[in-house]
Amino acid sequence: MTAAQPLLAAGAQSGEAWVFWLLAPVATAGAVGMVLARNAVHSALWLVLTMLSLGVFYVVQSAPFLGLVQVIVYTGAIMMLFLFVLMLVGRDSADSLIETLRGQRVAAAVLGTGLAVLLATGTFQALAGTQMADLAAVNAAYPGGNIQAVADPLFSRWVLGFELTGALLIIAAVGALMLTHIVREKGERRTQAELMRARFAPGSYPGPLPGPGVFATSSSNATPAKLPDGTAAARSISPILKARELTAREAAGKETER
Amino acid sequence: MPGPGHYLALAALLFTIGAVGVLVRRNAIVLFMCVELMLNAGNLALVTFARLHGDLNGQVMAFFVMVVAAAEVVVGLAIIMLIFRSRRSASVDDANLLKY
Repeated sequence: MTAAQPLLAAGAQSGEAWVFWLLAPVATAGAVGMVLARNAVHSALWLVLTMLSLGVFYVVQSAPFLGLVQVIVYTGAIMMLFLFVLMLVGRDSADSLIETLRGQRVAAAVLGTGLAVLLATGTFQALAGTQMADLAAVNAAYPGGNIQAVADPLFSRWVLGFELTGALLIIAAVGALMLTHIVREKGERRTQAELMRARFAPGSYPGPLPGPGVFATSSSNATPAKLPDGTAAARSISPILKARELTAREAAGKETER
Repeated sequence: MPGPGHYLALAALLFTIGAVGVLVRRNAIVLFMCVELMLNAGNLALVTFARLHGDLNGQVMAFFVMVVAAAEVVVGLAIIMLIFRSRRSASVDDANLLKY
């Protein structure tokens, strides 16, 4: 058993080396992709990639609780919140390519590269000879593993900070509710009878909207449905989607008038 | 065998990419996501230091950073939605009423 432990430790170490050298470029690519993507939703997805690889890093560094919290809370809740707000607000407002401040992009690139080189080489050389301590032993000292090991300082030494951040979360949720609340006067809200009368008034179409395009030729929701005379029905696609242009084959008639 | 220097260099690189993103992007939500990337880089540094010193307080601090980041995202996105509702634009260059 004592002879197998160095082998196990070496296996774990080389496994960690594999994970690091495989996922570090992935995390960096996700970060760069997030900054450079034109579409805001693509940016969010690149950031999800980075956050997932960071979660794996936390697990590999003897912090499995934090790794899973990163995936569940950060990626699963916070990034989904971003995507929901993008759906409501920012989806079709892509950044224009023209930069309003002169020289901003060049200066950002130059200074960014300088800062990255400075920080990275500084920290790397400062920690050149150091070794990682054995956190696995600290985790194993508790019967509950890492979760109990993190809970011990969290609920004893840092309990005040824990309570304060809990209060902060409640305040943030209530604040978001208050900020986005739309105030409606008492008489403003239309009753059901009024809504129904307006629906059947002349000039408004009472039926449901037509569904999107023909699934035989394309399975995209952005394909418009065709009216009987062959033109695309504008009401069949969602206004925030860019209408997919029909290819020549799809726009041609189906030759059913034989 | 990646030592603490490697992880911290990666954290520094991610932090800088987030900082450049804050400078360059104009969509308010993407700007916010770059700030989140910077916070994540800080978390990676904290967890690495916790492992370096064998002290779990670093992980507790990273946990607090995550909680505060969640609260910040909630309030910040509510504010962005509010601005979009009244000004119909999610670009940070357009919110310049306080400019002298």
